[in-house]
Amino acid sequence: MDYSIQITEKPLVPEVAIQAVSTPNAGAVNVFVGTVRNATSGKKVVQLEFEAYEPMATKELVKIVEQAFRQWPLQKVVVCHRTGVLAIGEVPVVIAVATAHRKAGFQACEFIIDTLKQTVPIWKKEKYEDGEVWVAAHP
Amino acid sequence: MIAIKLFGVMRDIVGKPMLDIDEQVTTVAALKEVVEQKYPKAKALNSLLVAVNSEYAADEQTITATDEVALIPPVSGG
Repeated sequence: MDYSIQITEKPLVPEVAIQAVSTPNAGAVNVFVGTVRNATSGKKVVQLEFEAYEPMATKELVKIVEQAFRQWPLQKVVVCHRTGVLAIGEVPVVIAVATAHRKAGFQACEFIIDTLKQTVPIWKKEKYEDGEVWVAAHP
Repeated sequence: MIAIKLFGVMRDIVGKPMLDIDEQVTTVAALKEVVEQKYPKAKALNSLLVAVNSEYAADEQTITATDEVALIPPVSGG
């Protein structure tokens, strides 16, 4: 299983992840780039702040990526998640998956981002002009 | 005593990044009960899980003073 996982405060550059997974035997590189949206439920968002429980977040990401390798014929995978304060349009997450054929890449990439959102201990605080809230914390 | 790492909304509820529990707690379930008693706001969360040595832990799992314990409120990464 050829993969790398990174949790970092530094800005993410999708092209770096694409290059990291590119191999001559790949027929497809599927990439998911998460970006900070300027509104949530009609409310204007000023910035986001991400916080991670790093050793556990890395462990959980390893589980997800290894599960994806068992489920689909993958060649290389890179998952990067950013922490700290991000402005609108910045990139909190990049997932790049190299495969021989595109279908496995689309499916694996979707599985990784969907499961990341459910199990990886990373938290997002949305800041508005008039307050802030930890996303998903309350009903 | 068990020192518990806090993140996200739980850190805001408690008001600091670490919480020391002096009560005699030996399981995950007992720990959650003590935390919810001390901080009723924790009960209003969508969920509150416990990690022991950076793995999600079931209610019946035991905790000792040497374990690394963390409270995991609803995650929202990505």
